[in-house]
Amino acid sequence: MQITVNGEKREVRPGTTVAGLLKELGIDYRYMALERNRIIVPKQEYEKVVLQEGDEIEVVRFVGGG
Amino acid sequence: MTELTNVEIERYSRQIILSNVGGRGQKRLKESRVLVVGAGGLGSPVAYYLAAAGIGTLGIVDSDAVELSNLQRQILHSTERLGKSKAESARQTLLALNPHITVNTYPVRLTKDNILSIIEDYHVVVGGVDNFPTRYLLNDACIMASKPLVEGGVLQWDGLVMTIKPGEGPCYRCIFPDPPPLGAVPSCQEAGIIGVIPGVIGVIQATEVIKLLLGIGRTLTGRLLLYDALEMHFREVAAERNTECPVCGDNPRIRELEDYTFACEG
Repeated sequence: MQITVNGEKREVRPGTTVAGLLKELGIDYRYMALERNRIIVPKQEYEKVVLQEGDEIEVVRFVGGG
Repeated sequence: MTELTNVEIERYSRQIILSNVGGRGQKRLKESRVLVVGAGGLGSPVAYYLAAAGIGTLGIVDSDAVELSNLQRQILHSTERLGKSKAESARQTLLALNPHITVNTYPVRLTKDNILSIIEDYHVVVGGVDNFPTRYLLNDACIMASKPLVEGGVLQWDGLVMTIKPGEGPCYRCIFPDPPPLGAVPSCQEAGIIGVIPGVIGVIQATEVIKLLLGIGRTLTGRLLLYDALEMHFREVAAERNTECPVCGDNPRIRELEDYTFACEG
């Protein structure tokens, strides 16, 4: 099934969770936030939220300068 | 109630003629007290525009001195002020622009012991800090003191803004629950920053402050505004208060302020 991650198409297995996707991408999720279809997914939901066909995922990095 | 002098009415006439500002709104701005934390890339445009708009009292917190590498973006300071306190340099520039306002300076680093007594005198707090320990301390203190906080961050060609209204939407920790450990995320000093980025983000923060003070429009509460200058693209992302947020959730584990290790300086 196809989703979009940071603007690029990506194939994932049906049933993949947000946590599973981040593991595939090799992203340590302590240092980021994640939006799915323009809504922030709370971290405690990462293991529960199952990705759907066409989902648009963006990884939001810390932007910490001032 | 505070009155406006004829000189002030003329100075602010272009905004007083707006129907949702008016003389009443201008007086409200004059009675308002806004704390700007950081007189750097973000704090400079924030404070400059708020001073111009006639916010009656501005507080400027910054413990640093002006350095040459600041001047590419920190527009309150100048070459002749190198080595001077940034808070004092900011005060001079702001009063030169608008002598009708009051500028209080706090040339200190915010800690768990001084932050609550500093923010309690202000109606709105603006975050323009360059490090995560202060950003989290400021978020937590504003939640505990129920102060609206207009948070901003910049790095390289990117920026982020959100308006945190305690009790009405998410806080910074609802999105990013814990600060990154030392060295995990780069600072502007390490990763670089284009000077106009904090200009854009800071001006958006100042706009949010004016709306909050006047009680008009729709603020960036419950939404993050993300700016990508290379693509010249703004993206808005919705976020709700996280019931498991460590500071504003239903059972917060943070009930007292704590100081974090400083990940970077300057």
